Amino acid sequence: MSILTFTIILILGAYVAGLVGSLTGLGGGVVVIPLLTLVFNVDIRYAIGAALLASIANSSGAASAYIKEGITNIRLGMFLEIATTVGAVLGALIAVYTPTNTIAILFGVVLLFSAAMTLRKKNQEVLTQGSKLAEVLKLNNSYPTANGIVEYKLKNVGGGFSIMTIAGVMSGLLGIGSGALKVLAMDTAMKIPFKVSTTTSNFMIGVTAAASAVVYLQRGYMDPGIAFPVVLGVLGGAFTGAKLLTRINPTTLRWIFCIAITFVALEMIYNGYQHKF
Amino acid sequence: MKKEINASLEQDRDVEKTVGKLLRAGVILASLVVFIGGLSYVFSFGSLVRPDYHSFKGEESNLITFAGIFKGFFSGEAKGIIQFGVLLLILTPILRIIFSLFAFAIERDKLYVFITLIVLGIILASTFGGLNI
Repeated sequence: MSILTFTIILILGAYVAGLVGSLTGLGGGVVVIPLLTLVFNVDIRYAIGAALLASIANSSGAASAYIKEGITNIRLGMFLEIATTVGAVLGALIAVYTPTNTIAILFGVVLLFSAAMTLRKKNQEVLTQGSKLAEVLKLNNSYPTANGIVEYKLKNVGGGFSIMTIAGVMSGLLGIGSGALKVLAMDTAMKIPFKVSTTTSNFMIGVTAAASAVVYLQRGYMDPGIAFPVVLGVLGGAFTGAKLLTRINPTTLRWIFCIAITFVALEMIYNGYQHKF
Repeated sequence: MKKEINASLEQDRDVEKTVGKLLRAGVILASLVVFIGGLSYVFSFGSLVRPDYHSFKGEESNLITFAGIFKGFFSGEAKGIIQFGVLLLILTPILRIIFSLFAFAIERDKLYVFITLIVLGIILASTFGGLNI
């Protein structure tokens, strides 16, 4: 295959990855890794490098839109980024000592979990009684809804912080945004309304991914010939996805994609088990 | 008192909007650089056979160090230009943190200046800490 053919097919593939990532809420990075390894037969380390870049592009691009609406809780994001960046650096360190097949299996498991998380019932409740720590750290906030401004408070800051550290480790180890784990920490542990948790998670992904991306760049995981089609394709796909989301109800699409992603995850686990990476 | 709270909320919103613009500008600039480098890459090497990405060799030294990437970019090498765009993309969220640091300082929010410094410190340590084993 010539470089030209490879580039064109990869741009199209990355476009679809960005589209699927945006419609399911999983992010483009997660779809890029199986695309590169299973379809293009690329070593998983190059795939991780490219996926990190896709996650940063996705997060920064989408975050600007959400911030404009005033939903993102910037203080909460900044506070939890202590946990995710420490985790991400740890993850990037552990990655050196982890066999690639183990990484592939772990990736498949996280992907299965993420797909299940996108189909779960979402937390719409607003907590009126928060914890003392949330008050001290100024994490309680408000956000605009169709029925006006809604105030929310949060609790279990320590629990949320711990899950965030694990999300950071996964992000650094696998090169993904681990949005699903971030939302789990905020929705389930800290009881934050899901609109706030999804947008704040998205906002945090860029910084988390950058913390391990600087390590991977210097380790030579980022190849220009892969980075260029992936970044442009994923951004284009995410852009189309965001436009589509305002016009269509994605529930059916989300189910179809999540079933497809489940098969991809199983394939990653199987191939990892068979030592194909 | 009420007025004061409103004023600080307004200020918060302004800061947030600037953060949003900063992120978008960073992504657009980075993708433009990547696009230009990509075009040049395809024109120069498009007809060659795809590199063997199946076995991991890592990148050459001029694509993994800051000095190497700058040199490649300014001498107009296709791969150097793409990698410079990659660097810009990685720098975008880091710049966002530096901006937040100033914003919290102007608001005299000492707690969040401290929290932001921790996050920045972790990222800088990871960049320059020689973790690239």
